[in-house]
Formats: sequence, C-alpha cells, structure tokens
Amino acid sequence: MSHAFLQTLAWLPRAGDDFRTRCREIKQSQDSAAVGQQLRTLATQALDANQLERLADLIKSLRGADRDLRPLTPFRLGLIGNGTLDFIEPALIATAARHGIALECVRTAYGQVVQEVLDPNSTLCRAAPDAVLVALDYRALPLRAAVGDAAAAAEAVAASVQQFEMIRGALQRNCNAISIFQSLATPPEPLFGSFDRVLPGTNRQLINETNRALVDLVARNSSSAVLLDVAAIAETVGTAEWFSPSEWNMAKLPFSDVMVPLYADHVARLLAALRGKTRRCLVLDLDNTMWGGIIGDDGVDGIRLAQGDAVGEAFLSIQQMALSLRARGIVLAVSSKNEDATARLPFRNHPEMLVREEHIAVFQANWKDKASNIAAIAETLNLGLESFVLLDDNPAERALVRSSLPQVGVPELPEDPALYPLALSAAGYFESIALSAEDRQRAAFYEGNARRVALKAEVTDMAAYLKSLEMEITFEPFDEVGRARISQLINKSNQFNLTTRRYTEADVAQAENDPACFTLQVRLSDNVGDNGMISVIICREASPDTWSIDTWLMSCRVLGRQVENMVLAEIARHAQRAGIRRLIGEYLPTERNVMVKDHYQKLGFTLRSEKPNGETEWELALPVHITPAPMVITRRGFAEDVADVAHAG
Amino acid sequence: MSDDLTTRLTKVFQDVFDDPELQIRRDMTAADVEGWDSLKHLRVVLSIEREFKIRLPSTKVTGLKNVGDMIDLIRSYLPK
Repeated sequence: MSHAFLQTLAWLPRAGDDFRTRCREIKQSQDSAAVGQQLRTLATQALDANQLERLADLIKSLRGADRDLRPLTPFRLGLIGNGTLDFIEPALIATAARHGIALECVRTAYGQVVQEVLDPNSTLCRAAPDAVLVALDYRALPLRAAVGDAAAAAEAVAASVQQFEMIRGALQRNCNAISIFQSLATPPEPLFGSFDRVLPGTNRQLINETNRALVDLVARNSSSAVLLDVAAIAETVGTAEWFSPSEWNMAKLPFSDVMVPLYADHVARLLAALRGKTRRCLVLDLDNTMWGGIIGDDGVDGIRLAQGDAVGEAFLSIQQMALSLRARGIVLAVSSKNEDATARLPFRNHPEMLVREEHIAVFQANWKDKASNIAAIAETLNLGLESFVLLDDNPAERALVRSSLPQVGVPELPEDPALYPLALSAAGYFESIALSAEDRQRAAFYEGNARRVALKAEVTDMAAYLKSLEMEITFEPFDEVGRARISQLINKSNQFNLTTRRYTEADVAQAENDPACFTLQVRLSDNVGDNGMISVIICREASPDTWSIDTWLMSCRVLGRQVENMVLAEIARHAQRAGIRRLIGEYLPTERNVMVKDHYQKLGFTLRSEKPNGETEWELALPVHITPAPMVITRRGFAEDVADVAHAG
Repeated sequence: MSDDLTTRLTKVFQDVFDDPELQIRRDMTAADVEGWDSLKHLRVVLSIEREFKIRLPSTKVTGLKNVGDMIDLIRSYLPK
C-alpha cells in the first residue's frame, strides 16, 4: 500500500466538480438551520489544498456574518510553531467541519512561540483559546550534541523537554488552554546508518529520547496536555515523503504541502475527541464485509473465512479489528440484506467466526434499506446518528447511507478486503484521548444479545434515491456471449430464485434456439458502476395463449431497485406481441429462497393454487399496466425491435 | 497560446486565486494579479506540481520572470 492511500484521504469520497458551486450556494442560502450540516457534508470529501482554502474562506465569512453554524461545535485553537502555518490554518478550519467542529484559529507572528505563551497579554493569551497547537518540529529544539557524548545528549533532551514543560505551564496559567504537543518525526538523513539509533547524539537517538520524555510529560499532565503523534503519521506515510527540504528552504513549510490535508485531519479528529465527539458504534455489513461470499448463496461451507486461505484471512483480520474495537468500548451492530436466520448461520455454525452473536448489540438482517436500519439501531441504543460508522463493501449502499444520513461515517473501501482494516483505522472515526474503565465495559453494557428491532417509517426518499442512481437496464435474449454467465447464475443463485431449476450450458444453448422459449438476460449499470448481468428469465409456451415463467432469478445486489417491475414489464411487452394473454408464475420453496415467497403477489399476480409443501402457482392477465422505475431501457438482439426500427424508418 | 498546457495552467491559476474569470498571458507577472505574493507563488508552484504530476526543483522556480517562463519550465519537465 503506497503512501498515496493516506495522503489522498482515500477513505473519503472524491470531491465533485461542483465544489465551488456548492460553496457559493451555501454562502447565498438563507436556510440558516441547514448551514452547519451542509458545511460538514461538503467537508466530508477528499479536498486538495485549494479546495480546503475555499471552504475555510466560506466558514470564516459565515462566522463574520454571525451565521448559526450548529450543529458544528465551536472550538478556538491557538497556533504556534517554528514553521510557516499559513497553509495549515485554512486546512484546519475546513477539515474541522468534517469532524463536527466550527473552528476558529488564533495565529501568532512567525517564530514568536515563547513570547506569546509567557505574556498573559499577548494576542494568543487574550484570545482565550480552548487549546493551543504547539507545532514544533525537531528544528525548533536545542537538539544538538556531539555524537557519542551520552551526557551531552541527555542534557539536550532534558533542555527540549523543559521547553515543552514551560509552554504547558504558561498556557495553563495564562489562558487555561490545553497544550497539544507534537511528537517529533525523524528526518530521513542518517549520519552513520543503522548505528544512528544506537549512538547518543545522533538526530534519531535524540528524537527518540525526546519523544519518550514528551509522552511522560503528557501522561503526567493529562488535564492540560494531549499528544498529536506526528511521528506516527510521518512514519506511516514515510519520512522521505513527509519532509520536503525544498519546501522548507523556500518557505519554511514544516512538512510537505501534499501532507497538509492528512495532517489537518489528524488535528481535527483530536479536537473532536476533546469535544467528546468520538464515534461509538460500528455497524457491520455481512456478505463480503465480514466474510467472503454470500451466505444465502454459498452457505456456511461455501463462504470464505479460514486460516490458510488468503481471502479468508483478510476477512478474519476485519473481524479481529472489530473485536479489538469492541474491547476498547466501541459497540458492534450488524446491518445486512439477508434473511435473519440465514445471516445468523455463520455466527452459530462456522468454526472460524471470531465475532459471535453475543458481541453484537443489535442485529438487523432484513431486506429494507440500510439507512432505515441504522436509524433503528441508533434509536435502540439511544445514541445519536453522529456516533455511527458503517463498514460496507457495496458502493451503492454506502452512497445511499451517506445521502440519507449524512451524520453517519461511511468509509470508502479499497477493492481488496485485506486493506479494509487500514481504511477503517486510517479514517480515524474512533480517535480518543483517554481510555476509561467505563469504556472497557461499555460494549458489555449494551448487552450484546443480537437483538432485532422493528423499523420505523423508512427514512429514505426512495424515489429520489433511485433517480439519483442514473440506472440503465439492458434487455437481451440469451446469446452465445452471455451463455456461460447465464448458466453460472442459473446454477449458483439461491435466494432470489423462484424455482431454483438448474440447467447446464447445453440446456441454455438449447433454450436460445427453441421457438417455444422466450428468454431474457438483464444487465444493470448505475452511476457507481456496472453491475453486469443481474437477472435471467426463461418463459415456456404452455398453451397458444399462455407463457409459464420457468425461471426467474436475480442478484441480491440490486434488490430494492425496482428491477423486478421492469423485468415483468419487459416480459409482458414481448408476450403481448406474441399474442399471449396470460402469464403463469410458480414459486418452489427451498431452504434459501424465502425472500421471494411473495414475489408474484407483490407484482399483482393472483394465486391459482397452493400445495401442502408450500409450492404456489400464480397468474396474471395481459395486457397489464406497470409503473416504470426511473431507468433508461436499452434493448438488443430482439427480432421484433429490428422490425420496429425498420417500420419507423 | 491555447494549447492543453495553457488550459491546465489557467485552471491552476483560477483555483489558486479563486477567480474563475482569470486568464493568463505569457508576459503576465506577479504585479498583474492581485494577491500574488511569495506564499501564493509557492501555492502556484505546488498546485502545478499536483496538476502536472511533476516535481520542480527549488533552483528553477525562484528565478521565473513571468508566466511565459513558467510555461517553458513546465514543458521542459513534461514527458515528451
């Protein structure tokens, strides 16, 4: 994983081209109630230096106009340091909004660190900041000693720490502000090489010792000092990327400008933690998030979750991370599109599952949208929506939750599940400045008994959401190109499958050419990407005016998109052209297809018969009117459409 | 001067100076643009590096006379 993942804040959605327009709209908006949330939404994107500056200007001008920025919480931060802070200040103001903070910065003249903290009448102290970011790096400290001189090295370290202690004491005394101290990153130019760590008086040894002493200082003064672990940030991206000698030489930028958005995010999450805004609950999706594969299709034996399997191990790491978070007080919940009983199978029967039902406070497995489910979880746990984080591999679910519940933290995830733990931790949702005894017990306090709770009204404007997806549905009869995928779906789909009839590739080829068969392969793409083939239909002529729907299956990935309605409309369209007056549908129950038990009823079919084993038969008279869903329809390969075009021409 | 490089550089200037109307000319200097001080100059250079995915050495970016110099410098660092 390259440093670019962190540097570009890859867990945040990319900023749209409309960024400048949206800034202007907020500025002109008269709807003052919504401004704070709008700023937060705008800030919850990966912004570059210029965009951060734009957003900071907007926030400053709104504050200047006395606009109400709630629900953002005010915070006044003093900035002192030995480098140029001009680029850091706007980045902090904009980034703080991402973490729910309306930040005001108090700047001091370049290099005037000691004067500003010692004088109670200085600009800094009179501004009465809540905290002061002491942005000092190794260049600011008297870290000079002859190499090899242990006594001189110890003295240099002591002198540096004394300086930190002086700053902390003065800020506490003069303006009762918390000092935010930065651990020191080690520049990437060793004097000897590996020996630098051993020999007293080298940069590396002096910085190591200073950091150790600084940590002690912060631990001793937990009410007046907190640590910003810049050394860890620099080490994570690599110190050769972090430091930029030319930018320091040109303008005294303390670290490379491309790292400013990452640095600002770390500062902002610390400020949010100081204001008690640490998130408290991690909501986990299941299929392809907690295990590889789809439990409803693959079964307990088929999902990937085992040591010795690269894919399985990736998912075990995610579970391990969830358990570690739980151990430090983060509540775990589940939201999954599944049958409840199916979703619980791995928790009960898979020997390698690390997360168990007793670890889960609320367990929501159903076919409703995730925004409604997260809202229900929030209400049950009596936690605000801003306490929640959703981990979900499906980009469409993430987009839906982000747009309907903007307070919920929803990290973008890389393609490879092995990197999910990095993405989740890099996003910093659970940044804390202390660990209390209460924290350790919190998860247990919520009594993880995997409760299921009832949903209130759906929180989502489904019609607007579906429209925003810009879906395009493509209908084609079976053909040679689609044949392999068609037969794969026919043999693999278990959940959304009305009859679960399995056919070989040869059977599929035969259906292609059978004049008594009507077939459909259906593809769906949306603004997030191409979902590929998502539905397969086979109808057989049962009598001269009747088609019987032999096979109807669909990928659960596109549930809730009204694809079923569109498919029925398409079947009806072709049926009518063929002079068909009636469609017959069957439901053959299996252990896994409960979700489509009422499929035909929902589509307006009437029940013809029901057998004791649960098999049902349904019929629908044609013509029928079906309200179209908001999607563009493309048809390819139908003989009659060629005729249509010819006719129109 | 309406090639691709100029178009991209114009967008960099518009972003940095927050002025969607700003147009650049080869003979344009810092004196012609409001707010073009030394820090903004650095911001321009850093934004150029990001936009064109190049690194400009500090020895080359301090002696630029005008936007024309800047364009020539960028061109010399772009893959041929």
